[in-house]
Formats: sequence, C-alpha cells, structure tokens
Amino acid sequence: MKFFTLVFVCVFGLHIQAQECDYTISGVVRDFHDGQVLPNATLSINGYQKYALSNLDGKYALKGLCEGSYVITITHPECEVAEFTVEVSGDVQRDFKLEHHTEELNSVTVKGQNLKKGSASSAAQILQTDALESYSDASLGDALREIPGVSSLNTGSTVVKPVIQGLHSSRVLIINNGTRMEDQEWGVEHAPNLDLNTAANVTVVKGASALRYGGDAVGGVILTESPKAPAKDTLYGKTILSGASNGRGYGITSTLMKAYHSGLYIQGQGTRKRSGDREAPDYVLSNTGVSENDFSVGFGLDKFTYGFDAYYSMYDAEIGILRASHIGNVSDLVRAINSGEPDVIRDFIYDINAPKQDVRHHLAKLSVFKRFEKAGKLTLDYSFQQNNRLEYDIRRGENRDKPSLDLRLTTHTLQSNFAYDARSDFKADFGVEASYQENFPNPETDIRRLIPDYEMYTFGAYATASYDINSNFKLDGGFRYDFSEIDAEKFYQNSRWEERDYDTDFADLIVEQFDNQLLVNPVFDYHNFSGTLGGRYQFANNWDLKLNFSSASRAPNPAELFSDGLHHSAAIIELGDLRIKQEQSYKTSLELNGQSGGFSFGINPYYNQISDFIILEPTGLQFTNRGAFPVHEYRQVDARLYGVDLQAAYYFNDQFDVKTGFAYVNGHDLDRDRPLIDMPAPNVNTTFSFRKAEWNNLNVSLRNQSVFKQNRFPDNDFEVTYINDSGDEVTETVRISESPAAYSLFHLASSAEFKVLNQSTLTLGLFVDNILNTAYRDYLNRQRYFADDLGRNFKIQIKLNY
Amino acid sequence: MKNLKISSLLLLALISFSSCSDDEGTPELINEEEVITTVTVTLKSNFGNGEEIILTSRDLDGEGPDAPVISVTGGNLQSGIEYTGTVVLENETVSPAEVINEEIIAEADEHQFFYQIGSGLDATVSYDDTENQYLNNGSLNPVGLSFTLTAGAASTGQFTVTLRHEPNKDAAGVSEGNLTNAGGETDVAQTFNLTIE
Repeated sequence: MKFFTLVFVCVFGLHIQAQECDYTISGVVRDFHDGQVLPNATLSINGYQKYALSNLDGKYALKGLCEGSYVITITHPECEVAEFTVEVSGDVQRDFKLEHHTEELNSVTVKGQNLKKGSASSAAQILQTDALESYSDASLGDALREIPGVSSLNTGSTVVKPVIQGLHSSRVLIINNGTRMEDQEWGVEHAPNLDLNTAANVTVVKGASALRYGGDAVGGVILTESPKAPAKDTLYGKTILSGASNGRGYGITSTLMKAYHSGLYIQGQGTRKRSGDREAPDYVLSNTGVSENDFSVGFGLDKFTYGFDAYYSMYDAEIGILRASHIGNVSDLVRAINSGEPDVIRDFIYDINAPKQDVRHHLAKLSVFKRFEKAGKLTLDYSFQQNNRLEYDIRRGENRDKPSLDLRLTTHTLQSNFAYDARSDFKADFGVEASYQENFPNPETDIRRLIPDYEMYTFGAYATASYDINSNFKLDGGFRYDFSEIDAEKFYQNSRWEERDYDTDFADLIVEQFDNQLLVNPVFDYHNFSGTLGGRYQFANNWDLKLNFSSASRAPNPAELFSDGLHHSAAIIELGDLRIKQEQSYKTSLELNGQSGGFSFGINPYYNQISDFIILEPTGLQFTNRGAFPVHEYRQVDARLYGVDLQAAYYFNDQFDVKTGFAYVNGHDLDRDRPLIDMPAPNVNTTFSFRKAEWNNLNVSLRNQSVFKQNRFPDNDFEVTYINDSGDEVTETVRISESPAAYSLFHLASSAEFKVLNQSTLTLGLFVDNILNTAYRDYLNRQRYFADDLGRNFKIQIKLNY
Repeated sequence: MKNLKISSLLLLALISFSSCSDDEGTPELINEEEVITTVTVTLKSNFGNGEEIILTSRDLDGEGPDAPVISVTGGNLQSGIEYTGTVVLENETVSPAEVINEEIIAEADEHQFFYQIGSGLDATVSYDDTENQYLNNGSLNPVGLSFTLTAGAASTGQFTVTLRHEPNKDAAGVSEGNLTNAGGETDVAQTFNLTIE
C-alpha cells in the first residue's frame, strides 16, 4: 500500500510540477447566516505552504497555484474550521461561507438556551447536568424542586409530579428532547414517564411563552435536552451507581457517546432503579417499592448545513402504591384520618404487590434539518409515542391479577419549524404542528372504563419573534393558534346519564342503548388562541429586568370531560362534565436579576388570571352497597394566582457560599371567594456550601428545607353518617381539607473527585436526606391522610466519567 | 444532501407505516363482574315452621348515582328465638346473576363478614363457620357466611352487615366479630332496621 502511495505521489507530483504555476484562487469569505463579510479568516492549502488572510472586505487571494485539486482549510476566530475542495485549471473565483455562530452555541450554552427555549423576557431556569446527576436514582419531579417556584404534587414518595407556580398536570407541558410527552399527564397520580438520566439539562419556563411547544402551558413548560454530540472523533461515557438506605434501593445509569469529526454520532443510555418498601421515621411504608428500567439510543449526523437525528427511548416502571392508602369507602377514610397511622404496616419487602402502577412509555423520533443561507434553519420532526398504563387494585377471585385500568395512548406528531436567524438583531420562529392521538382502554379489565376510547386530532401554527432594539433592550412576542377535535366513544350508565342531565342536553349523541348502559359518541372541537409579549432590559452589567405577558388557552383533557368512576386511593367518585370548555390564562411576570460583589439575587413576582379554570371539587355523597363515597365533580370557575419566587446568594470566598430560595403562591377562586385547593405552601430552601478544589474538589453542603403550613385551603370537609366499629350510627365530619403542620428538614450532600486510570474521573458522593429523621406530612402529598413522609436516608453515589 | 434524502424517505416510510394503525371498531360493552349489586341476608327461625326474615339491599347501578333500595320482608324478629343467618352476595348486572359467595369461599382466609347490633336492638350474633370448613386450612377463624342471631327482649335498632377484604383476622377481638382492629377495606357495608317483638 505504501509503495503504491509513493508511486502515486511521485507521478502526481511530477505531473503538477510539469504545469505552469501562476493561477490564483480569489473571492470573499462570508457569514453563512447573514451574508456579512468576514475579515481575518485564515485560508491555507493543505499540504502546501500557502496562506492568505481575508481583508476588511472579506476578500482573499491565494496565488501561485498549479493546475490540480486543492483542499483549502479556512479558520476564523468565531467560526468552526471548514474545508473546501477547489479544482484549479486557471484563475478561480470562489466565495466561501462560514458558520459564524457555532462558537456561541457551544460555549454560551446556559445563556443561549434561555433565549432559545422560552423567550428572552420570560422567567426561566435551568438545571444542569451536575445538579441532575445527584438525583440519578430519583425522578424528574424530585430534581426540579431545586428551583424556587417549582414544587411537586406527590402520591407517596414515588409518584412525583412537578408543580410550577401552583399549577400542574395538563397545565405543565413536558417536552422531552423536543417532543411533547403524551403520557396521560392529566392524572394527578401519573408521574412524568421519563428517565431524567436521559437529559443533559432541564429548563423550566414559568409561563406560556414557549409557544413553539404548545399554547396550553397555563402553568409552564419543562424542557429536557439530550446531550449534544461534539463534532470531533471521540468516545466517552459515564456510569453512576447509587445505593440508598431508605428502601434499600440501588440505581445504576450509564451513558456512552461515540462521535466523529464528520458530525456523525451514536449514543446509548440505560438506567435501572430498584427499591423496596420505603420507611417513614416510625414505620415501614408497606408496598412502596419501585422497579424501573429505561434505555435510549440515538444516532444522527450533525453537519452545519444539514443533519438528522433518530432517537428511541423506553421507560418502564412498576410503582407500588402504599397499601394503607387503598380504601373501601368513606368510613375507611375516616378511620385512616383518625388513626394517624397506616392501617397496614408490614415488615420490609422488595416485592411490589397491588395496589400498584405499571407504566411503559415508548418514544421514537426522527428529525431532519437544513440550513438556508441568509435565511435560517428548517426542522422537520416526526415522533411516535405509545404509553401503556396499567393500574392494579385489590381484586377478588379470578380477577385478582387483572389490572383495573389498562390504557394505551398512541400519539403521532409531525411538526416543522423554521428559525429565521439571518439578522443578528431580529430572530423569528414559524412553525406548524399536527398530531393524531388514539386512546384504547382495554375492556379485558372487566371494569367500566375511567377514560373512554377516543381519537384526537390537533393542528397548531405559531410565529414568534425577538428584536434587539439596542444591545441592552430586547423585545419579543408571538402568537399561536391550536385546533383540536376529540371524538370519543363512551358508555354511560343510564342512571348517570340522567343524573347529569345529559338526556336533555346531549340526547343526539346516543349511538346505542343497552339494558342499563348507553353508548354515546361525543365529538367536540376546540379553537384555542395563545400569545406572549415581553421585553428584557439590561440596565447594567449583571443587572436585568424582564417583563412578560402571556396568555395560554387549554382545551379540557379527557379526564375533565369524561372521567366517571371510583378512585380507590381517595375513595371518591370522580365525574367529568361534557359541558366543560377551554380555560384561558392571562399571566404577567416580572423578573429582576442583579449582582453586586459577592451578592446576587433574583426576584420574580407574577400574577395569573385564569378564566374558566377547571377544578375538581366535592359536591356530595353517593351511597352504594359498600357504604358512602364523596362525589367530586369537575367544574369551571374564574380564578387568580399570584406569588413571588425569590433567590439570593452570597459568595464569601472561593470556599464558602450560601444560597437561598423562597416561593410563595396565593390561589383564589374568584367565583366563590375562597382559596384554591392544592396550592403549595410557602417554602424556603437554604444551602450552605463549602468547596475546596485542592482537596480533590471536595464539596460539602448542608441544606435546610422549610415548608410553612398552608393556611389558605378551601373548606371541603363534609359530614357523613355511618356505622362505627361498635355498631352504632354516628355522624362525623370528614376533615379532608386541613393542611398538615409546617416542617423543617436538613439534608447533607458531599462529593469528592479522584483521577483514575489516565482519562477517567471518579466522583464519590455521600448524601443524607432528612438527617434528623423528622416525621412530617406535606400538603401536596395525596397520601398525607394515611402516612408520614420519608424518614432518614443515607445515599452513596459513585460516578465514573470516562 | 444524500443523507437528507435518505432521512426524508425514512420519514415518509414511518408516517405511512404509522397511519395504518389498527382501528378498534366500536368499543365493547363492559358489565362489571365484581360489582355487588345485591346483598341478601336470610334469618331463618330455628323454632316453629322456620319462618324467614329476608333483608335485601339492591343497588343495580353499583357505583352509579342511584342509592341502594333496602327492604326487610317476613315480619319482625321474635323475642327469645334463635335465627340461623346466611348471607348471599350477587351481581345482578349480568344475566343470570352471578353469586359472589363462590369467590368469597375460595378466598375465605381473606374475607370476613361482621354483623353489628346497634344500641337499642337487643340481640347477639355469633359465627357459625370457620375458614377450615371452606379451605381445609386448619384455621378456626370465622368467615361469617353463616351465623346465629339470638333475639333478646322486644326492641328496635340497627343491624349492620360489613364485609372486609384482607382484614387482620388475628387481631384482638376480630374473630369474635369486633371491627375495631379489623382493618382491611370495606366491600360491603349496609344497615337494616330491625324490630324484635
């Protein structure tokens, strides 16, 4: 081989030398995006000692060339190195276009992403990889609580839903790597079906300004982003192993990325988590184990002018639900509330029995993009999602092992976005999105469907833009229109249909009548408009002020329209309403960030007015052979939420700093002049950190988490007459409204780094949660009636970067 | 460019593939099997001709909005008489009605009926069966599918039938029919007004 090369070079070399060598390549070097000339670009011919520098007009000339083929390398301080092949058989005129922005994109990720995702004027915050890694064995909702203004709505400690400034579920969109998660997020007991280990960072946009991802983000948007492959030949990865004392659980997650200089990459990631029964300070929380297996694979090509990404992820979790929270009727609830302890306390086991959830989510995605000169980037995405949710209750006989709920939700989404970036002071995004969704509740459960069969079609179109008036002042805005049609086929009991007065309002929907049930076919259309407008003013270095108005419009979800059945964990009968219309929010958010010396702070007050806010509230009791059940119905009221998120930090020196975050939200039902239910209580999180780079990058931090008592809650207590344990009829008030007492917890986190082998780093972490083993209950935990929250937990984590 | 073409093709293929998703047709009707629509307690006099007093609670829409219809037929209890009690649970939404007792017998160790006498009514109840009778498991814990009610002095009051699933049968008092420590979840809880004359 060497021989041939030698021969080839000699022949070719001789051949070139035989030519006349006074040809010139000349032209202009320009920015790909806006066509502006680029001075100071270095052009060199590979294998020859020939160089040229572009002048102030971007012009260059490479002289004294022979006939032949040359590879020219162009470098520029703000651009990526580019190579072009030029055929020379005379003087050549050739203009080159360089990608001017890669430097910005790579190094200024934090600031750049803020602009990219929400809008410059909206309140947003990012959790980076290092913060996420310490939660590798927990869930997205756990990690996001680090952000002031983000809390969580829990079912025990294993089902954790993020709450943004008081709002959750269908009001918070979760965008997983560019795809909107369709994982039956309407349910308060349905945690986001994604593994946070797939994310390199997570952005929380506290409002509806991220219009590209949806117009119905009444609460906000959570965006996870996968690690981006570098354009160089490399192979790297990491593995995180963790073990926890509470639940005797472990977690392992591994990521591997292979990237090539050409922009090609392939990556894989996998996670396994396993935990047995968790423990409160005084007892075992029986049947709260978790088993989760997730993986994702991706490959793609990321050239500057074009590229594609293919991605697939699978999330599979089996989640135990506290045995004692599964109750039969309202007198069981009264017993649970009065006893103050779970009714079932067994020895620790790993096994997960009914009641439990078994959920699986598949996401497959293909996206392609192409950049156009002096215009921008066009992206086309197709995604397929399938979510299968099985919920197991305590059942009898041959149904014992059958799920009580078996929903399969399939969603296809096609979306296209054009990002205009040809001008440096004006950027815009235009896009369209269409989706088809099908819900199939499996009849083999032999339990009447909580959510019916339905098909849903959506179409959305949006335009957003931002304009820099000057280097300190930026304006942005946008609007979006969404259409959705839901076409459902649902069985109603005759008695329910009449009780809801549907026989007068919706008689035309009836398709077929059976002995005691009706099949109906509701088809409802919704037209939703949403928009945002705001500005950001940077009035000094490190001081800026943001003001944003946004309006979101959300069509009712299937639960709000159709739910019709018994919820065992709460012993309530939940009823949707076919008459429910969309809700519309109008939110104003102000954010001031500043820094002076070692002190920095951020303050974010907001006011959110929501028309036709959909709420679930008790309306009465229903009697059955199993006793009485409270009935909760969805209805609409005008509501408002206001609050403030604060954060402040002081850096004493390189070793010590203190950070604190505070969040307050006040929600009110304007129609009935009373507080809204399930609003997070005011809370303060304060962290003292010590860091010493010389000591193996030692990090030790002590965090105090204090949650006040929520004094604002609606009075939903009700009276029930039942037969008590001694056989006598008693009438008692069921105290479901009162919030639990305030609590304060201390958590310790520490880590140190060690170099191992030649290129690897081992990070050892030791964590203690709830150091004082404090018994507490949280207002936003749906199991607060039944059991205390988690007790002390020791956790070790070993992370290896290689 | 070539890659772009390939990806576009792939995209088209995926879309056409996915658009032929199976249509499930009209959803099938579900008649729940586990619903207990009807609770029937028969109290048969151990004296004379064995008159039967029948207590029924029928709720044909289960968890639907209609409340159970309660009836007591066969007259009043007679003071000083022992009655043999039996309970039958049925699901009448299916035809023929399904008798749920079979499932309870099969899982006798996980079920127990409780019969409570409200203050005012002068009567006592004792269990007549054991798990062993159904499961041959050696356990003498009661199930309560059959019981004896002894009517005392003339009086009026409430008689409550409760079925608990997964109660703690070994807790204090539970095998005597005391609910206080029973736990578990309630599958049936219905109250009847009885009169002893």
